[in-house]
Amino acid sequence: MLPIRAGVGFKPQHADAALAAAGAVGWLEVHPENYMVDGGPRHAVLSRMRERFPLSLHAVATSLGGAEPPDGDHLKALRALADRYQPAQVSEHLAWSAHDGVYLADLLPMPRARAVLDRLVENIDQVQTALGRRILIENPSNYLELPDADLAEPDFLVEAAQRAGCGLLLDVNNIHVSAHNLGFAAAEYLDAVPGDLVEEIHLAGHAVDDAVSPPLLIDDHSSAVPDPVWALYRDALGKYGPKPTLIEWDTDVPEWLVLRAEADAADTILRHAVEQAA
Amino acid sequence: MSDGFSYADFAAALLAPEPDARPAWLSDDQVARFAVYRNNLHHGLGQALGEAYPVVRRLVGDDFFKATARLFIAAVPPRQRSLALYGDGFADFLDGFEPAQAVPYLADVARLERAWLESLHAADAAPLAPETLADLDEALATTRFEAHPAARLIHSEHPVVSIWQANQDDATGGEIEDRPEAALICRARDTVTVRALSAADGAFAAALLDCASAAEAACDGADVVGVFQVLLTDGAFTALHPEH
Repeated sequence: MLPIRAGVGFKPQHADAALAAAGAVGWLEVHPENYMVDGGPRHAVLSRMRERFPLSLHAVATSLGGAEPPDGDHLKALRALADRYQPAQVSEHLAWSAHDGVYLADLLPMPRARAVLDRLVENIDQVQTALGRRILIENPSNYLELPDADLAEPDFLVEAAQRAGCGLLLDVNNIHVSAHNLGFAAAEYLDAVPGDLVEEIHLAGHAVDDAVSPPLLIDDHSSAVPDPVWALYRDALGKYGPKPTLIEWDTDVPEWLVLRAEADAADTILRHAVEQAA
Repeated sequence: MSDGFSYADFAAALLAPEPDARPAWLSDDQVARFAVYRNNLHHGLGQALGEAYPVVRRLVGDDFFKATARLFIAAVPPRQRSLALYGDGFADFLDGFEPAQAVPYLADVARLERAWLESLHAADAAPLAPETLADLDEALATTRFEAHPAARLIHSEHPVVSIWQANQDDATGGEIEDRPEAALICRARDTVTVRALSAADGAFAAALLDCASAAEAACDGADVVGVFQVLLTDGAFTALHPEH
């Protein structure tokens, strides 16, 4: 279990600053795929960080929402990393990222049809079996509505989690981005998710692409968490109670102190939610 | 399920180098939305390729590199579910890529950069201590060595190491003599090292790394003592096995 604290997406350039102020952030998250190498400095740095911080492995490449079962070799590599680093949490996305042996290196939208849901549940089960642990699945950012959806996204997500016996990672920025892009109410999304399934929350910034009409919000993790996302985060904690919360900042990565200030802001909101829950 | 959506069509339209590629079911008003996913893929993979081949990118310029990356991505999409080592085969691709022929050493620079990346991410191992050799004496000629997992050797008809060094951020400049060079790439601990060898020294070092004894590896013009010295200094071996 992750602590009820704010964590940050770990960047190697922050290693020394983070170690010098261990405790300033509650935990770290990495994409395990970046560590699927035999040796070298990446493992050396992550091992140092793991001695001082709880770690979350946030996977992007198991392609849970794909047309095919998860790749066996990839699951073995993921298991090896989990065995080595003993993460407090492992999560993946409600998306697909590979097809016919090709890794597409993005979180792609899946049709929310009943038949796809059955396969998704089966795929989550295979990942959990291979890892010997429960995982969390995360709502993606959406840009495109696919044809023939049988279920709204939160209902699809919740049913998948309940049937597969996994938890949910709610990305509040993704809800905000998708609500804008596809035209639904973010508050209704939060209402449709039972709080006991939610075990982690993600926060990030996004960009506005106004070269297209109407403008699209792009989930690029390149800036500070904006006010509407903080507001939605407060609403989410109001409904679900305090949950471990991650600040994601992956592009134009700032100095450690800027990232830490974002985590401090989340920690302040979290402390308030803990007091409310008591 | 849906009569329109197909994973295969979606994936093919993402990978296609043509900027207007799209799945058949996509309506006209959704083109800009689909483009977000296409941009993500080409930007992400292009960036991974650019980080793996920074000197190639610098030599050809960003625009040429980006256009080349789009074609490479379509021809050799990732098959590993990690981008840490994406880009294997880029040197061979450049060999057959007509617009790159104006830079005859480009593919060999790519080979060096690929070896550098493989060395960085290779398994860690303690290098053989240089003083170990002093105890061997006459047995040296028939001793076999185990290559370090991070050791690589590249041969080139071009001054590939000099070109690579001249394009590092801390390069000091100076004339580059047009001659064949071999590159010895090692990582004894955290840092990858790149060293230029003559063609003869490179052939000798390659044979030693490939498990030949010094007696078997000997080749004309090679500086036997000098090559052993650099291989041990750079940490190219992990163990030795004297012949009995």
